Amino acid sequence: MPGQSRRSHAFAMARGLFRVLGGSFRDLLPIILVIAFFQIVVLRQPFPDLEKILSGLVLVVVGLGLFVQGLEIGLFPLGEGMAHGFARKGNLTALLAFAFCLGFGTTVAEPALIAVSAKAAEVAGTAGAIADTESARGTYALQLRLTVAFAVGAALVLGVFRILKGWPIQYLIIGGYAVVVIMTGFAPPEIVGIAYDSGGVTTSTLTVPLVTALGVGLATVIRGRNPLLDGFGLIAFASLSPMIFVLAFGMIL
Amino acid sequence: MLRRAPPNLRRALVGFAYVLAGLTLFLVGLEAALFPLGEIMARQLTSVDVIGEVSAAGPDWRDFGWVYAFGAAIGFATTVAEPALIAVSLKAEEMSGGALSAWGLRVAVAVGVAVGVALGTFRIVTGTPLPYYIMAGYAVVIVLTWRAAKTIVPLAYDSGGVTTSTVTVPVVTALGLGLVSAIPGRNPLIDGFGLIAFASLFPIMSVMGYAMLVGGGKRGGGGPRA
Repeated sequence: MPGQSRRSHAFAMARGLFRVLGGSFRDLLPIILVIAFFQIVVLRQPFPDLEKILSGLVLVVVGLGLFVQGLEIGLFPLGEGMAHGFARKGNLTALLAFAFCLGFGTTVAEPALIAVSAKAAEVAGTAGAIADTESARGTYALQLRLTVAFAVGAALVLGVFRILKGWPIQYLIIGGYAVVVIMTGFAPPEIVGIAYDSGGVTTSTLTVPLVTALGVGLATVIRGRNPLLDGFGLIAFASLSPMIFVLAFGMIL
Repeated sequence: MLRRAPPNLRRALVGFAYVLAGLTLFLVGLEAALFPLGEIMARQLTSVDVIGEVSAAGPDWRDFGWVYAFGAAIGFATTVAEPALIAVSLKAEEMSGGALSAWGLRVAVAVGVAVGVALGTFRIVTGTPLPYYIMAGYAVVIVLTWRAAKTIVPLAYDSGGVTTSTVTVPVVTALGLGLVSAIPGRNPLIDGFGLIAFASLFPIMSVMGYAMLVGGGKRGGGGPRA
């Protein structure tokens, strides 16, 4: 009977929905427990605006569920499809150009980066590194954003090149951190905190799955490459290189 | 550029829409519920009522027990909920053929963040210089890199960057800034941001440690498609 099969279909969908939402709820449970424990036991305070908090939590659970579903059916296949496509065409220039654009494009519009560079311009203005005017601060913030975006683009180019060549990652990363440590000694102190911070803000929630799928996809289709050994590591490059570029930016300006 | 559309373009686009919608709801919900509460709690925990009056001779690090505990607990909890980490650990489980479990990896990263944030708050309280901790940390990372299975190394390095993301950064930054403003003589610009550096350093160690524990990574010789 068509009605019955439709009903069992709806039932299966509802069960799937509950499974997804249950998973998200489990992911968020530690936060809820930690906040509840400290609020009730340690601080002994009532919850301010409990209704707003509960409705916010519902949004968080639903949002996380949608995100995880979308990863499996959208972002991962997209990143892998790209990797397979480029590997099939065998066009190295196109692949590296794509890697650069992916890094630059996703970073330049990153809200966290916009916030950090605006704050950095404010600090530079009051410290006297640049003229304390609206337009000078705007220029500084934009230059900083472009620097970080360029750094992430360059990092993905290097990272993809590493996957193709199969170079071991540790020499590049440890060498990179040695450069950061040396440059820290020479850079103006005001820029150091911003530089270290810019490494963390670039790897956004949208970029990470796409870049991971691209790296793992490339390592899977290229003969002689191991997905675990060669496919991961792009994020590590993308969080390291902005530190170097921003430190250099602070030394030049 | 590729001219050929991916085989399931429509499905992929639907998935992309899910991701965007999910992330938007996630962030709106966090803004409404968690971030303000996290900031209020960070401020309350570092207030005079909880830690007592800071003496002129400088703070006694033993008065800040609840701050370390909160730092560790909230660092752990926010990392478990970090969507970018969920994505990377799902991929890692798939590629290791199940030798590394996604859940185990997430817990390992979260433990690393917990230790990192607790130690970072301790550093702010004692006012010891950040570079010493970070350089010592990198020395440990280098030693572990030599000892760990080669297949876990890239994943461990990645997890350092992945953790400092949507959920963890605002809450941990609020804790750092609250702590800095509660202790006289600390500079918000220099001391407030160090916590993120700790939170991205320690997961590198804990992930390598986790791999040594389960013996994963070694067996991930090629994944399911090799």
